[in-house]
Amino acid sequence: MSVILKDEFLVADKEMRKVYNDTMIDLANDDKNIVLLEADLMGAIATKGFSQTHPDQFINIGIMEQNMMGVAAGLNVRGLKPYVHTFGPFATRRCFDQLFLSIGYAGLNAVIIGSDAGVTAAHNGGTHMPFEDLGLVRLIPNMKVYEVSDPVQFENVLRQVNDKFELSYIRIVRKNTLSLYEKPSTFELGKGVVLKDGTDVTIVASGIMVEKALGAAKLLEAEGVSTAVIDMFTIKPIDKTLLEQYAEKTKCIVTAENHNIIGGLGSAVLEALAEKAVRVKQVGVMNRYGQVGPQPFLEEEYNLLSKDIVKAVKEML
Amino acid sequence: MMENFAKRVRIEIIKMLVKRGFGHIGGSMSIVEALSVLYNGEMKIDPKNPNWDERDYLVLSKGHAGPALYSTLAVKGYFDKELLMTLNEPHTHLPSHADRQLTTGIDMTTGSLGQGISAAAGIAKAIKMQGKDNRVYCFVGDGELNEGQVYEALMFGKHQKLDNLVLLIDENKLQLDGYTDEICAQGDIAKKIASFGWHTQYVDGHDVNKLQATFKEARNVNEPSCIVLDTIKAKGVEFLENNRGNHHVRFSAEQVEQLNTLVEKLEGELA
Repeated sequence: MSVILKDEFLVADKEMRKVYNDTMIDLANDDKNIVLLEADLMGAIATKGFSQTHPDQFINIGIMEQNMMGVAAGLNVRGLKPYVHTFGPFATRRCFDQLFLSIGYAGLNAVIIGSDAGVTAAHNGGTHMPFEDLGLVRLIPNMKVYEVSDPVQFENVLRQVNDKFELSYIRIVRKNTLSLYEKPSTFELGKGVVLKDGTDVTIVASGIMVEKALGAAKLLEAEGVSTAVIDMFTIKPIDKTLLEQYAEKTKCIVTAENHNIIGGLGSAVLEALAEKAVRVKQVGVMNRYGQVGPQPFLEEEYNLLSKDIVKAVKEML
Repeated sequence: MMENFAKRVRIEIIKMLVKRGFGHIGGSMSIVEALSVLYNGEMKIDPKNPNWDERDYLVLSKGHAGPALYSTLAVKGYFDKELLMTLNEPHTHLPSHADRQLTTGIDMTTGSLGQGISAAAGIAKAIKMQGKDNRVYCFVGDGELNEGQVYEALMFGKHQKLDNLVLLIDENKLQLDGYTDEICAQGDIAKKIASFGWHTQYVDGHDVNKLQATFKEARNVNEPSCIVLDTIKAKGVEFLENNRGNHHVRFSAEQVEQLNTLVEKLEGELA
């Protein structure tokens, strides 16, 4: 792992979907077993390029997510490496039994890409806004679960996931994120990334909440609160060793997630620290459904801002 | 010869279910002849090399008929018949529903209805993408046709031109709670599947000669194939045939006696 955090976080020059398309083209040039599956969202995830450079490694299944998971299972029976993309709710909720049984229970492997993480579904609204996808996939025993926070991290994780090719779920923002990491940062699957050290409190975040956590840390430091920040991009298996280390060190932990506080990162942290003498507070969606609106409005509405993290920290100290 | 193979499979199904005292006898018995034809000439297989890359695949989407497939595999020599006596025991290799990770010769894990057909289509598609000519056979129950996923897979199979895929619909006319016509009538199944663009045949599912002829025809078409098997649920066990409670049976002492007598009769016919 070799991570270089940027000094200033600007909008990334490359959308996450473009990272997906370009990285998969590059990987598929050498790996003829890769097959991309879409359920009529090629346009949304920008894999038209892949479909043109690798037409023999691309299947647009049609709007049938249940069948798509089953087909992915069948492809893997023959040793192919299916990458299944659709919007997060449709990659999990819509076809959970197919994902669970035909792929997971059957001992098969596929990489599931769930896009439009939480509030980033914005104008698609509540029907398309997953606050439960991580909870669902965490319940699949052999599933690895990732939520990536920027394009550099996504590309690096995608390449490593392709090497291992285990049953994996990668939750992504589909369009723009902020750019957090300098190239050529590299990440280690299963290991949290300590972005900032501290001694009073630790904020554990993933996805868009990593930048909010860093923003909160800045505000807290200004008030004399020494704050550690961890990008926990691997949600399962969670980096228990690192969590225990920071539980010991700071005694207070705040989790920050763009997901229901039930089932996601916060739950995973609490499970990992169940036997530790540490106080944990969760920032995230408080057991609510999604709704339509611009992302900044939704971040405010669901209390997913830096100020919300600061508030949680202060309540604990 | 084929009839004798089917008898041997029936004997083993009865023995394994009697040993356990209960099980999915109805839907196991209805596909015995189709399995017999598949594993004796129709499918390219090698029982000594079950993971042979060139083999044909079988997906039992109606996974609860596991006992029929296990018996077929055992009679064919994939594993020892003694193993059949471990059906549903703790840590068994033979669970109620087919499991590719546990049982030699099982190509796909099934049990949640409607799912096997998509996996079969995926295997068939992979074979096409790999430029191979293996064929894929998939059993779906008539009750299973209630599941919407089946129709997704039918559309997919047609659009992808999966002429290496053969769907076998076991029309035994009964599902767990009674007659399929009473629960959610299927109408003319063959006509319905044909409307999805599949080459469709209808055949007496217990007539091995006719079955062989339909499989032959299925090889010579350029579309995915569907064979609707007109079958009798619990075929061969007279006191359970066409009995609405024959999906999963917990045998009474009297029934066990009748089943043992049937095994003796079948063994006598083979002697």
